[in-house]
Amino acid sequence: MTALNHKLLRDLWRLRGQVIAIALIIASGVGVLVMSLTALEALEETAEAYYERYRFSQVFATVKRAPDALANRIAALPGVQTVETRIVEFAIVDVPGFQEPVIGHLVAVPERGQPVLNRLALRSGRWVTPGHVDEVIVSEPFAEAHGLYPGDELHVVMNGNRRTVTIVGTALSPEFVYAIGPGALMPDEKRYGIFWMGREAMEAAYDLDGAFNDLVLSLLRGTNPAEVVFQVDRLIERYGGIGAYARKNQISNWFLMNEFEQLRSQARIMPTIFLAVAAFLTNMVLARLIAIERSEIGLLKAFGYSSWAIGWHYAKMVMVMAGIGILIGWVIGYLLGGYMTHIYTDIYRFPFLLFRPGPSAFAIAAAVSLAAALLGAAGAVRRAASLAPAEAMQPPAPPVFSRSTLGDTLFARLLDQPTRMMLRQIVRWPLRAFFTTTGIAMAVAVLISALQWLDSIDRLAEVTFFEAQRQDITVALVEPEQPSVIGEFERLPGVLSVEPQRIVTANLRVGTRKHRGAVNGVLPDARLELVYDASGEVIRVPPDGLVLSTMLAEKLGVEPGDSVSVEVLHGRRPVLEVPVAATFETYIGMMAYMDFHALNRALLEPRQVEYLSLLVDSAAESALYRELKETPQVAAVMLRRAAVDKFYETLGQTMIVFVSFFIGFSCAIAFGVAYNTARIALSERGRELATLRVLGFSRWEISYILLGEVGLLVFVGLPLGCLAGLGLVWMSTESFKTELFRIPMVIEPSTYGWAVLITLVAAAVSGLLVRRRLDGLDLIAVLKTRE
Amino acid sequence: MCPQPATTRATDQPPPEPPAGSPQSTLETRKVTKVYRTGEVEVHALRGVDLQLYQSELIVLLGASGSGKSTLLNILGGLDRPTSGQVFFDGAELTAYDDSALTRYRRDHVGFVFQFYNLIPSLTAAENVALVTEIAPDPIAPKEALALVGLAERVNHFPAQLSGGEQQRVAIARAIAKRPQILLCDEPTGALDSHTGVLVLEAIEEVNRSLGTTTALITHNAGMADIADRVVRFADGQIVETRRNREKRAAKDLVW
Repeated sequence: MTALNHKLLRDLWRLRGQVIAIALIIASGVGVLVMSLTALEALEETAEAYYERYRFSQVFATVKRAPDALANRIAALPGVQTVETRIVEFAIVDVPGFQEPVIGHLVAVPERGQPVLNRLALRSGRWVTPGHVDEVIVSEPFAEAHGLYPGDELHVVMNGNRRTVTIVGTALSPEFVYAIGPGALMPDEKRYGIFWMGREAMEAAYDLDGAFNDLVLSLLRGTNPAEVVFQVDRLIERYGGIGAYARKNQISNWFLMNEFEQLRSQARIMPTIFLAVAAFLTNMVLARLIAIERSEIGLLKAFGYSSWAIGWHYAKMVMVMAGIGILIGWVIGYLLGGYMTHIYTDIYRFPFLLFRPGPSAFAIAAAVSLAAALLGAAGAVRRAASLAPAEAMQPPAPPVFSRSTLGDTLFARLLDQPTRMMLRQIVRWPLRAFFTTTGIAMAVAVLISALQWLDSIDRLAEVTFFEAQRQDITVALVEPEQPSVIGEFERLPGVLSVEPQRIVTANLRVGTRKHRGAVNGVLPDARLELVYDASGEVIRVPPDGLVLSTMLAEKLGVEPGDSVSVEVLHGRRPVLEVPVAATFETYIGMMAYMDFHALNRALLEPRQVEYLSLLVDSAAESALYRELKETPQVAAVMLRRAAVDKFYETLGQTMIVFVSFFIGFSCAIAFGVAYNTARIALSERGRELATLRVLGFSRWEISYILLGEVGLLVFVGLPLGCLAGLGLVWMSTESFKTELFRIPMVIEPSTYGWAVLITLVAAAVSGLLVRRRLDGLDLIAVLKTRE
Repeated sequence: MCPQPATTRATDQPPPEPPAGSPQSTLETRKVTKVYRTGEVEVHALRGVDLQLYQSELIVLLGASGSGKSTLLNILGGLDRPTSGQVFFDGAELTAYDDSALTRYRRDHVGFVFQFYNLIPSLTAAENVALVTEIAPDPIAPKEALALVGLAERVNHFPAQLSGGEQQRVAIARAIAKRPQILLCDEPTGALDSHTGVLVLEAIEEVNRSLGTTTALITHNAGMADIADRVVRFADGQIVETRRNREKRAAKDLVW
């Protein structure tokens, strides 16, 4: 090994504290990057393979009832590869031993074997047998949640008839990777399950012999799904078609794709912050090292080492620091990536998982971090390389301070000398002070953006589940019923109050802008299902106007007073011109509300009630559930309490993990920044501090000067961090804004408090470590030598 | 063990008498030794030194480099501890002090001047002096202390704006501003040319005269010994000679 390399190793060993602090920050950046990229890679690869192998369809459509012959006409459309017709229904399922009614999503499959599209991954048991109408394959998560196995029995209320069915198998389907029930935000495996039944059994139960009510298509390569959707819509219109849609709008796939997008944005924003901080730290440490080794550099040059050799020597040092960080980061990232992927697969269900991270995630992370560290150190290395030997061997000119920065104000006169030393030091090296402050601010910002998730989720749940919904139970009926049904439900045990709702699928159109959604008819004086603005105001729906969510109003480009054309896709398919009466802010969906009676008048139908909101006495819940399971008109029962519990349970799991590793990463930043700043200050000012000790200052007094400077910068960094956190949160809420849901931007004061506290503790620990070195200050040696 | 008489014992010479008018000893060392261990080598820096410093006297410690004079000065100033032996300050045993008591001792009673001035670059001359006056119980005003060393005009200059001699005089002002009982100067002119060195010595002389501060000055320059009341010569960790100057010369009359 060459002498220079020996020097390199010894320098690194001597600076090990600082090297490790920088390496940890780089490791955090690399860790987040590798974690996000490997999880993304694994999930994308898995999803792609799953979709491909199990032939996930590309276009979906629902009709009221259409003859099988229609399939041939659709198959003849240009670009269509395969058409498969199905029967899909919702039904109430009674699981023995489980009190609450379960929503069953019934999907017909051919008795003779796998469907052509959306094939099932059979996880246990066998396929349904022709001629056995009581056999059913259930979704694996549902079976697991209830401890059900092939051979177990269930009761299903199909088209008003209670039937006992036998589980013959469990399965997963590419259609239901993210399996959420109607009106739910999170998969609830206990209260929502997919039930695949033989086509013949379903035809018989729903009186759809020779007909279908759902179809799925695959397309030829290179076909634009939008064109096919348009053509299919035209063909199914007269069969009660409520609009075809492409794979990108299919709910399970939408959530999955959205998750990928989140991972991508996580892979961009967070590592950038970590690596920027790491870059400034390598700069700071190297600049100091070069200042100390100035005369040695001069000597080496005098011996004949080239500028390039000197530059390369220091560049290698940076590369070793970054290299250590990259190695640690790879391990962290690999472990977290695998862990995160497994957490994802609890929510997104795949029959297999391809977690075999390729080299690209690791290579990208390494290249980016190495580049950041070298870029950060470039200035310092260049200065080292360009030092003229004769000049380098002279001691550097003493730093020039000036009085004017503090001025002769009253404030300045009140300061004692140690405080003056602190302030002048900061003013003398403003860039370094700026970087330290910025680094601390970044730590606080990262913490706020992680901790704030809990606030946002609380707010989302509060508004969605409590403020906007006062009902305990929402009941979906199989078919719209006469208003008298309200009375029937009012008489059920424990029911305190019932309100009707009507929801119709419709195209909302303004000029060329179109949104396929639903219009929700609610009572103007509703007390249960409220049109609730996120600001806390309850909006009364006027008798002659639409109330739109702001997101929908934006999409359609309308304001209150403008007119929207509502093309109802039900029944007689009337087209209404309705003025926008008001807009409201909501976090879920893109809702349009209308007066219940006005909507029904426009529909020209006697049967008006499709959904019921129930306020329930909790003491009588079990009796009510028993009744609901037996009530033939009920298609689905949605329980608010279960939705809230599931929401917190699912998010709680992921959030705790997510938040805790971001706390770890932020601590690495705060610690690394404060530690390096203090160590460099100590290295520069050891002589001053020793002088002060000689003059009779105690250890605490000199600690004040050294750590006070770092402390002051940290204190300035804290409020800046709160501001930066606000910005970061804004960025992430903006990137989360989707048609299906938005994350409210809420930061509780306690979140700022925690972020500041955690950063302070991390900085304080680094301060204490450096403080211990002050005890070892060699007073005599320092004073005996010229600096 | 009974206290040793207040004399140097390294030579056969009779003990010198205390200077007239100030018979009390401020600092006293008894059989002080100091051994440094560096790796496997033992260096005996001091080999049983007995010395008394009397109130208000100016004593010059002469000796070649490595003779142990700086080690003694550091021990007297509470910067270092002897390996064995005792040190007394105003009758109290310094060697029994703990670290914080030594800090207290340096803070309240001792002024230091070093070869390298050790000024704080981020503080002006006046502020460097104020650094000490702020923590001292009965200090001289910083400007007054600077005036005493002839720097009344330079109070607002930063170290980088002062010459070496001026910087050293600021260091002296800083050392004496707390009105210390003892002023310890380790080669204060070592880094200066003779003309500037004289200015520095004059400042020390002036302080000793006007404030009555007991002053110990280390030098390897025998020419400087003439300004002392007493001269102590070191060699090989021991005192080899102690003599009293019959006639003190003023610093401005020195040439080297």
